[in-house]
Amino acid sequence: MYKILKKEEIGSNVYSFNVYAPDIAKNAKAGQFVIFRIDDKGERVPLTIAGTDIKEGTIRIIFQIVGKSTTQLSLLNEENLIKDLAGPLGRPTEIKKYGLVVAVAGGVGAAEILPVIKELKKAGNKIVTIIGARCKDLIILKDELKQASNELLFATNDGSCGMNGFVTDVLKEVIVREKGDLVYAIGPVPMMKAVSDLTKEKDIETLVSLNPIMLDGTGMCGACRVEVDNKIRFTCVDGPEFNAHLVDWEGLSLRLGLYKNFEKESLDNFSYNRECKCHRK
Amino acid sequence: MSQKIKMPQREPQVRKKDFEQVNTGYTKEQMLLEAKRCLQCKDPMCVKGCPVEINIPGFIKYLSEDNPKEAIKVLNHKTSLPAICGRVCPQENQCEKNCILGIKGQSVSIGNLERYAADITADNDVESVYVVVEKNNIKVAVIGSGPAGLTCGGDLLKRGYSVTVFESLHDTGGVLRYGIPEFRLPKKVLDTEINKLTKLGMKFILNTLIGRTKTLQDLFNEEFKAIFISVGAGLPKFANIQGENLNHVYCSNEFLVRVNLMRSYDFPNYDTPVYRGKNVVVVGGGNTAIDSARTAVRLGAETVKLIYRRSENEMPARLEEREHAKEEGIEFVTLTNPVKFIGDEKGSVKAVECIKMQLGFPDTSGRRKPIPISNSNYIVETDMVILALGLNPNPILSSLTENLKIDSKGYILIDKNYMTSIKGVFAGGDIVGGDTVISAMGMGKQAAKNIMCYLTNN
Repeated sequence: MYKILKKEEIGSNVYSFNVYAPDIAKNAKAGQFVIFRIDDKGERVPLTIAGTDIKEGTIRIIFQIVGKSTTQLSLLNEENLIKDLAGPLGRPTEIKKYGLVVAVAGGVGAAEILPVIKELKKAGNKIVTIIGARCKDLIILKDELKQASNELLFATNDGSCGMNGFVTDVLKEVIVREKGDLVYAIGPVPMMKAVSDLTKEKDIETLVSLNPIMLDGTGMCGACRVEVDNKIRFTCVDGPEFNAHLVDWEGLSLRLGLYKNFEKESLDNFSYNRECKCHRK
Repeated sequence: MSQKIKMPQREPQVRKKDFEQVNTGYTKEQMLLEAKRCLQCKDPMCVKGCPVEINIPGFIKYLSEDNPKEAIKVLNHKTSLPAICGRVCPQENQCEKNCILGIKGQSVSIGNLERYAADITADNDVESVYVVVEKNNIKVAVIGSGPAGLTCGGDLLKRGYSVTVFESLHDTGGVLRYGIPEFRLPKKVLDTEINKLTKLGMKFILNTLIGRTKTLQDLFNEEFKAIFISVGAGLPKFANIQGENLNHVYCSNEFLVRVNLMRSYDFPNYDTPVYRGKNVVVVGGGNTAIDSARTAVRLGAETVKLIYRRSENEMPARLEEREHAKEEGIEFVTLTNPVKFIGDEKGSVKAVECIKMQLGFPDTSGRRKPIPISNSNYIVETDMVILALGLNPNPILSSLTENLKIDSKGYILIDKNYMTSIKGVFAGGDIVGGDTVISAMGMGKQAAKNIMCYLTNN
């Protein structure tokens, strides 16, 4: 059991938890993730490690409410326990000096990118961070991202913060100004694909951190397979970061939709059971 | 000569609708009749066929006197998992194959008797079923709580060592829990066996992926004096043919983990979903393929075809399981291999293109090599494919541990004493190339002996 020491709502339906897990905290590196299971009936859900505090023995996880498990997680409070938490999983980001790194994140992807750019900046890279969101209210970690970047730019669908448009629109401007040495992207698949298409054209090395359907996350089941360079690769063992230009985006996108109906059924069931039914006859 | 007592089983039409056990176990009367068939050989050949060296005539003698309490002590002297061995061991290729009665007639049903002894004493106190020596407080770490790890840890525990088992998943048992379905090995039986080990003092630390959560060096720093690596099989093999990433093409590991470990057969009561195919194709001929096919039947499939490239004679799956599968309506399509998987407009599999095969000369495995018959391709319609083509060793720990030597396939290399290239670190089970529960247990047992020897001399 893993105790929640701190809970904050850092955006609309986005939460940040500090969870006591000293072994994970000690060994976690930027780019890695954990898998949590809310209770005995829960799914195994991967979440990025957004930060660690070795002294306190905690890791920080940030998540948006999207389905049943994240809804349940959001209902836990400080001092409550999460049944299972395994990690750190996946390969850490390779931290070295690239030069100019353009980090692009969509939505809660900002949580994943934060520890990565912190480390990359420490390694002497210049960091330009581009954050995309539907609107201003969905932008998270603004101050922390600002501190970890040399320049922080935004794109929102309604223009309420930064450029009115997509992260790729901002990215285009940035790389015209100064061609980056590495683009690092995380977010929804269409966003990562759009970034990849753009940087492929401009021939800029690009890493993406993938989030396919995952089950055990420990190198056993093969659920998280994705085709990279026409070979089957496993996100939990070989990833989560891959060369964006070699990823089979169409295949990844199709596989991500695999359980959509089930996920909806699960959430609907859960919501129905939580409703007060006293007024029903 | 007397015939062996058949294991009672539930009717196929009934059992294929649920996940309850197929074999229901001997009654006392059946057990006594079967136990009395044993000739009590002075030089028992059966024992030579047992990877964990159980005194088989010894425990059967007690059973024939209706004394299961003493019988289980004899079993527990050599095995920590009798209820499991009695169910899933391929006895027909091991102890029962060597039974003298089998030469002219039918061998003693050793597995069924073992199961009886374990089941009937399941609720007894551990003190009454185990002989344990005094604790010596020497710490040994076991990595992975599957059959190899539990056996090695169990043997060390009984000899007084302090054993901690690290498990990467959220529950214990490894393949016994995530791989073998409920209808062959009920989780309750597994829990009983593991609870006994816990009561004897075995510590389990879950959610801990050694290599990532902690390193081997961390374990040595925590005063573990020896380490046994039994992390098991890892990532599934694929056929490298077109369409393997289509939706509803599962590898058996994922399918079985969802159903067994995550209990997706009870979705949405349990949160993890699984697709329920109507016309399912399973590819492979091992026990995992059969388990997958029978699980698909229980999830409501109308037809299940098992496609295997050799003939049934070459199938590695146990005869009993094959028979059970056929009784449950699974169609065996042998001498057939998939060539490609064909998807619909939504990216879900809708058909398998197959090719017929014929058998040539024996290959390196000793089995006759399947050769495609040209222009024999045909289409099988399906909405779900399960690939059970075998597994590669789990790469995580070995890739993250400096100086831990592996072979070209990724198996950890061990010497004749089960020690790896790192002093004090031993390995066994699928990670060194084992392939069945009992071979893993056999290796766990041998490793435990060597670990004790190492700890005594160092």
